[in-house]
Amino acid sequence: MIDIKHIAKTFGDRQVLAGIDGSFQPGQTSLIIGGSGTGKSVLLKCMIGLIKPDEGEVLYDGRNFLTVNEDDQKVIRREMGVLFQGSALFDSKTVLENVRFPLDMLTDHAENDKLDRARECLQRVGLEEAADRMPSEISGGMKKRVGIARAIVLNPKYLFCDEPNSGLDPLTSIKIDQLIKEITDEYKITTVVITHDMNSMMEIGDKIMFLYEGKKLWEGNSATLTQSNVSELNEFIFASKLIRDMQH
Amino acid sequence: MYSSSPIVGTDSCSLAACMSRIGRYFIFLGSLFRNREKLGVYLKLILGECNSIGVGSVFIVALVASFIGAVTCVQTAYNLSNPFVPKNIIALIVRDSTILELAPTITCIVLAGKVGSNIAGELGTMRITEQIDALEVMGINSSSYLILPKVIASMLMFPLLVILAGFLSILGGYIAGVLAGVISPEEYVSGLRYDYKPFGVAFALIKTTAFAFLVSTISAFQGYNVSGGALEVGSASTSAVTNSCIAIVAADFILTQLLLT
Repeated sequence: MIDIKHIAKTFGDRQVLAGIDGSFQPGQTSLIIGGSGTGKSVLLKCMIGLIKPDEGEVLYDGRNFLTVNEDDQKVIRREMGVLFQGSALFDSKTVLENVRFPLDMLTDHAENDKLDRARECLQRVGLEEAADRMPSEISGGMKKRVGIARAIVLNPKYLFCDEPNSGLDPLTSIKIDQLIKEITDEYKITTVVITHDMNSMMEIGDKIMFLYEGKKLWEGNSATLTQSNVSELNEFIFASKLIRDMQH
Repeated sequence: MYSSSPIVGTDSCSLAACMSRIGRYFIFLGSLFRNREKLGVYLKLILGECNSIGVGSVFIVALVASFIGAVTCVQTAYNLSNPFVPKNIIALIVRDSTILELAPTITCIVLAGKVGSNIAGELGTMRITEQIDALEVMGINSSSYLILPKVIASMLMFPLLVILAGFLSILGGYIAGVLAGVISPEEYVSGLRYDYKPFGVAFALIKTTAFAFLVSTISAFQGYNVSGGALEVGSASTSAVTNSCIAIVAADFILTQLLLT
């Protein structure tokens, strides 16, 4: 379980996060939604330790990530898997080497075990045939799947996905969402997804948190998403004419 | 571990900004040696970087050094038209200017252009495509993992390239001098042997090692701290080359003062 308490962050004189609280449960896919520039990615970066918040706590099963010592922080980091917006695959490594990388760097397993685990993860995301290709030779959707394989290779307890659907066609987006949902259910991972994809919100949002100008304005799930009386949320989710028509 | 604020691409050139930047550079140098990975990890990376930095630069270094030696020989001959000055002095001047200055300094400036821009571009691209963030999230010290092998490989390979450059420059001078008819082979060899001080080679290698450290760390600093997009990566590459060149000539003067006077 991940708990965040009163996370605040200011860049210069601009407050990006104004005291965000929340709780993310294992086996659930929790979504953080909101328009561009509302602080979603900054919140995610605060949670995974890429940005230090000015205030607040990030608790991983009770362990405060921001105050534990360096060794304990490393332990928590090994329990995390992160899928970045652009996949962040290492250009100089093949697909298989990318997936194997965390095993090589962070474990002392035998070579064959590492190779087997990396291949197993690639198979899990349906990309075993692309193992020897370079990241530049595969499509955006395949890169996301390789990113997911790399994120789960160490059997993480917490999975973070930063806009997993960005730049993908609707069909591939749905496949990526399904994959994230399946992995969350299968491994009972605490999954946090940053998105503004309406389909993701409706399909995989066990829990949804809406951010607006650095504040949490609404929390609920996909069933209650369209029934809120928060005008900013309604404005956000009914921005598309198609969805407005469907609602009517 | 946390991302630093953007420093590349700012136009501020006040004294405070410059001092802040130099301070960040030294903090960055410290981060290379903290929380290092296992030695075996670095050995493989250093070998790869040696290949990329060393072997990949042989052609350009050889070409530039040969022509510099040739030009030095012909221009020295042109300026020494006094019949009372023995012609073997031409070879002596080629030798000393090559060993003391041209081979280490010009080669390192060439390498600042080739290797420095490559390091800054590579790290800058890794930064903007979140590859560095991916390493940090795994708990890997990204600066140490990515940059330390480049620094070590540069400090190993630059001196070897300078030795090659020195040899080819003197050879280039010989070929040009003999073909142009400004000096005979015997006079050239005699000039090379005349009043030779072995410390010159040690001096050149000490300078080169210092230049290698400056080029690799300054370029890495520029690339590692990029924020923005492709435009900023290009700008970081340019800054890497210009700052490295300035550092090379400044360090050249300081080391010459320290070691030769």
